[in-house]
Order: sequence, then C-alpha cells, then structure tokens
Amino acid sequence: MYAQMIKTARSGVKNREEMSDQEREFQDRIDRDEKIEPKDWMPDDYRATLIRQMGQHAHSEVVGQLPEGNWITRAPTLERKAILLAKVQDEAGHGLYLYSAAETLGESRDELVRLLHEGRMKYSSIFNYPTLNWADIGAVGWLVDGAAIVNQVALQRTSYGPYSRAMIRICKEESFHARQGYHAIMQMAFGTPAQKAMAQDAVNRLWFPAIMMFGPNDSESTHSEQSMAWKIKVKSNDELRQQFVDQTVPQIEYLGLDLPDPGIKWNEERGHYDFSDPDWNEFFDVIKGNGPCNVDRLKDRVDAWEDGAWVRDGLLAHARKKSARTAAE
Amino acid sequence: MADQDQLFQFLLRLGDNTLVLGHRVSEWCGHSPVLEEDIALANTALDMIGQTQLWLGLAGEVEGKGRSADDLAFLRDVWDFRNVLLVELPNGDFGRTLMRQFLYDAWSQIMLSKLASSSDDRIAAIAEKASKEVAYHVERSGDTVIGLGDGTEESHTRMQAALDYLWPYVGEMFQSDEVDGAMVAAGIAPDPTSLREEYDAKVQSVMSEATLTIPGSKYAHKGGRTGYMHTEHLGHMLCSMQWLQRAYPGASW
Amino acid sequence: MSNEWPLWEIFIRGQHGMSHRHVGSLHAPDAEMAIKNARDVYTRRNEGVSIWAVEAVHIAASSPEEKGPLYEPSNSKVYRHPTFFDIPDEVGSM
Repeated sequence: MYAQMIKTARSGVKNREEMSDQEREFQDRIDRDEKIEPKDWMPDDYRATLIRQMGQHAHSEVVGQLPEGNWITRAPTLERKAILLAKVQDEAGHGLYLYSAAETLGESRDELVRLLHEGRMKYSSIFNYPTLNWADIGAVGWLVDGAAIVNQVALQRTSYGPYSRAMIRICKEESFHARQGYHAIMQMAFGTPAQKAMAQDAVNRLWFPAIMMFGPNDSESTHSEQSMAWKIKVKSNDELRQQFVDQTVPQIEYLGLDLPDPGIKWNEERGHYDFSDPDWNEFFDVIKGNGPCNVDRLKDRVDAWEDGAWVRDGLLAHARKKSARTAAE
Repeated sequence: MADQDQLFQFLLRLGDNTLVLGHRVSEWCGHSPVLEEDIALANTALDMIGQTQLWLGLAGEVEGKGRSADDLAFLRDVWDFRNVLLVELPNGDFGRTLMRQFLYDAWSQIMLSKLASSSDDRIAAIAEKASKEVAYHVERSGDTVIGLGDGTEESHTRMQAALDYLWPYVGEMFQSDEVDGAMVAAGIAPDPTSLREEYDAKVQSVMSEATLTIPGSKYAHKGGRTGYMHTEHLGHMLCSMQWLQRAYPGASW
Repeated sequence: MSNEWPLWEIFIRGQHGMSHRHVGSLHAPDAEMAIKNARDVYTRRNEGVSIWAVEAVHIAASSPEEKGPLYEPSNSKVYRHPTFFDIPDEVGSM
C-alpha cells in the first residue's frame, strides 16, 4: 500500500503476561476501539511504528505527485488539465495532512523529509513506475488511487486519532480521484483505435504494480501481527488485495479491454476472483531502489527541496524581521 | 458595435495571457520549495485555466466559426497567439516565477476592475468573476515578493535579478494599437496606456517594501500581443501542450 | 535556530453561525501566511467562511492524566440535562 512493509519496532506480538500494567491498559483501550490521542501514554514501539507508517504514507503522497505531474503540461484539453492539476494538488494536500499527523508525535516534517532524501525512509513502490501515455493518467487515478482507497477506507478505523482523522478527510477527497481516472480511461477505451490501444497498454503495464501496492502475501509479511493488534493496520495485505481485484475486474470488463492477467477467473466456490501472483522479485527490486524511476523520483524531490531552501529561509527571515520590528515599536 | 474581428483579437489577448501563464505556473506542480506553496501555486494555475476557458470560449463565440476554447488553445500555432511576452518566459527559479506573477497580477487586477464595467455584458461578467480570484493572487504574489526581497541576502539578490530580467517585458502590457482604440471607442475596454499610472504606484509600493529597485530603463520588448514576434520559448511550450491534440486529430478526450 | 517554518493549527468556520472547528495544521513563516496557506490548503472545496490560525506552541492543552478529575465530576451532575426533569405532557412543550 502507500505504507508497505512497515517494520514493527519489535517482532511478534506481546502477550498479556509480558505486558506491564500500562501496556495492558493501553491494549484494552485499543480493544474497546478507543482512539489514542497525541498526549496519551503509548508504548515506544507503537509510537515508532506509527511514525514510520504515517511518514511513509506522507512521502508516498508527495512523491506520487510526480508520475501524474509528468502529464499536466500535456493534458489534451483545458478541462482535463484542470482536473489533473486539482487531483495532483490534492496529493500534496494529503501529504501535508499526513505529515501533520506524524508531527503530533513530535517528529518534525523537515526531519521526515530528510530521512526520505537520505534514502532511510521509503515511499510506495507504485510511484517508481513511469507514466508513458495519456491513458496512464486515467489508469493511475482508477487503479492506483482505487487500490489506495481500499486500504484507506479500512484505515479510517485505525487506532491513532490524528491518523484516523487524516484518513477520513483523505477518503472524502479520494473518490474524486478514482472517478476522474475511470472517466478519462473510459473516454479512451470507447474512443479511436489508437486511444483504445493506449488504454490497453496502460492497464497491462500498471495492473501488477497496482496489486503489488498491498505488499507481500500474508504468509511472507512478518511485520503485520503487532500492527494488527494495535490497530495501526486494520486488514491484512491479502484481504485488501482480494477486495481490490474483486471490485476492479468487472470495471476492466466494462471498458471492453482484455484482462491484464490470464490467471483472472471467477471462483464460484470462494466467491472471489482468482488471479496470478505478481513477480515478487520485481517488487523487492523496486523496494531496494531498482525500479524504473527510483533514481529520478528521488532526485526530483531532493532538487525541489534544495533549490527551495533559499525561498524557505528568505520568507522566514522576513517574518522574523517583521516581528522584531513590531516588538520594537 | 465594435468590429467583431477586433473584438476577437482583444479576447484572444486576454485568454492567451491566462492560458500561457496558467500553463507556466502548472509546471511547478510537485516541485515547489514547500508543500504549502505547491498547493497555492496550483490554485493560481487552476484559476487561470478557468479564466482561459471563459475568455477563449467567448472569443470562439465572437469569431463565429464554431471554434471552442479547446480548439483555440490546442490548434493554433505560435503566430496566432496574442499573449504578452512576459507570460511566456520560462519559469526560472521560484523567485522569478513569483515576480512574474506579481507583475502580471498587478496589471490584471487593474484591467479587470475596468472591464467589470465594460459595455459588453459578457465581458463584464467574466471580469467580475475573475477579479475576485485575481485580488487574492496579487495579495499572495505581492506578499511573497516582499518576503523574499526583504528576506535573506541571497533571496534579496535573486529577487533583484528577477526584477531586472523581467522589467523590460512589463511595458508591453501598456501599449495600445488600433484594436485597443476600437475597444475604447465601443466602451468595451480601457486604453492600456491609461492603466500605467495606477500600476506603477502599486508596483512601486510593493518593491519599496521588498527593498528592491525598479530598473531605470524604459525599454520594452514587444511583439506578443500583436503576434508579430514571440520569444522562442512559446513554440516549445506549444510542442508539449498541443502534442496529443496534434498527434491524434479528431479524438475526443 | 531551526529553519523549519513554525507549525500552525487551523480552525475554520464552515457556515455562518457555526463555531470554528479544528481542521488540521500546516507550516507558515508568519500568521499572515498561515491564513493564506490555510485558505489554499483547507478550503479547496468551499469548506469555509472564516479562518483562525494559532501557532501550535501557543496552545495550552489539558493533560490526559487529568481526564478523570476534569470531566468525571460533571458525569454525576445529571440535573444539568433537561431530560432529568419529568414534566407532565399537559404542560405542553418546554
């Protein structure tokens, strides 16, 4: 997902006997679905895991501006340009909400950004794939944001109050993203043969990266248990992935496009679609920094930050001078 | 009743300014110095795209050949564009982008306030809507110019360089020709020359607060609003902006 | 001195007559820019008619440990709620 492979600060789940009184009380609150708020007592590992998860989620939103931003100057109509710009702007807003949520735990945004730029924090693997034709913009909105929504709807119930509230706000805005994406690709799937070919190309290229967003299979996912117990994570990777596939396959069929995976078949017995596993070696390569766009994406962010330093410093210096002048009056 | 072709030219000037500048501003998306600025710049660009749809939509209507705002934006070549040169200049650093924005916003605010009482109701209505947006733009770009001009030594130096670079492109906004003469005669728009005094006062007050010096030279580059001679930059912008429409003619998006 | 812009908490009044509600936070060099940034960040969908920005360090907050003493006493003062009083129907609405 936007937060993939978050290492819980400890391995395994603490059982009640191992817990201190404070920890037991904390776990009871979570089990009663009470929200944890910034100044409440919390285990150090809970705090550390949350900072990592919210930070990675925020980084994903911000880096996620880049693949779609790649097409803003080439949008084919004024209306599409406005829609795409408003959509990418929302991603910046979502990044901002999530950094703010992380800041309630005392971790500054600048510090999180520094960790990202030094390669010590990650962002979602999906944004290391290129956007190559205009249909990719539709596909990103529909498939990538669609996958994100599946996860984020679940995360509205997460135990940490500020994270949950950020997710509620984000979910309200995200359905615009998925719908504008599907609308754009629909226009192409029902358009000229060249447009339909672009739509098919986009779906073929982005399908597996999209289902990788949910992270490794549950059997391989070693960090989930404690996060689930703490309700930092609410549903398992495989559950969410299945939900996404089930909702998306009929949408592909409606467009009249070929399914991007020959393994997709309705399974009557399970009441779900079967589908092929993505190439997990590719996933781990991307996570390690070897995806098609990792180097460029990070460079873009680092450049924006470094080139902007004089602006941030300049405006702050002016604000300080101004308040000194006011104080002197 | 003004000559419809002259009215068309006049509307292209307004619509091409917002089209080209909105496009330039949108190039920042994802690359601004801080998230808050990124979001704010996108809002400015969105307002300008919206204004473009209105101005060029009306231009197409006045022309009467069935061309939509999109046709005008995506299917004309460089020599048919009527924007001032200022707005097509490349973004440069963030400071130059905001300086250009302020120099344009200050003009736009004055122009729109006059157009709000245009004898043409359609123009008055668009101006009325746009002037609310521009009132915010000019406040924001003006404050940023002040903040950066009066900020650190580096930000001051960069802002002075931006002003020096852009100033020769300011004069074109105040030049008049027979199209403007026809608009004045029909009570549609003011003579651009008449806006200069108010503009200079506004710009001077912001630059003083920003501790920046307006260059002494009165030299003004021109050729954009007549289409006679654009900069080389516009063609490159159109290459990307118009590419899909040109490569796949007749497709609907 | 850190060069990170200060953090501001943003409160927005959604419609006339309603109180300001906390909507989130953001960074800005000063109060004026905080208001402008709030306008750009938090009212993209017509959410507000009035904005307050308060620098986060200036917010005094109750501490969670005091939750008992601060709020529980009011639990027992049920007479503060109108439903505590049984008024005969004949009296009419009150």
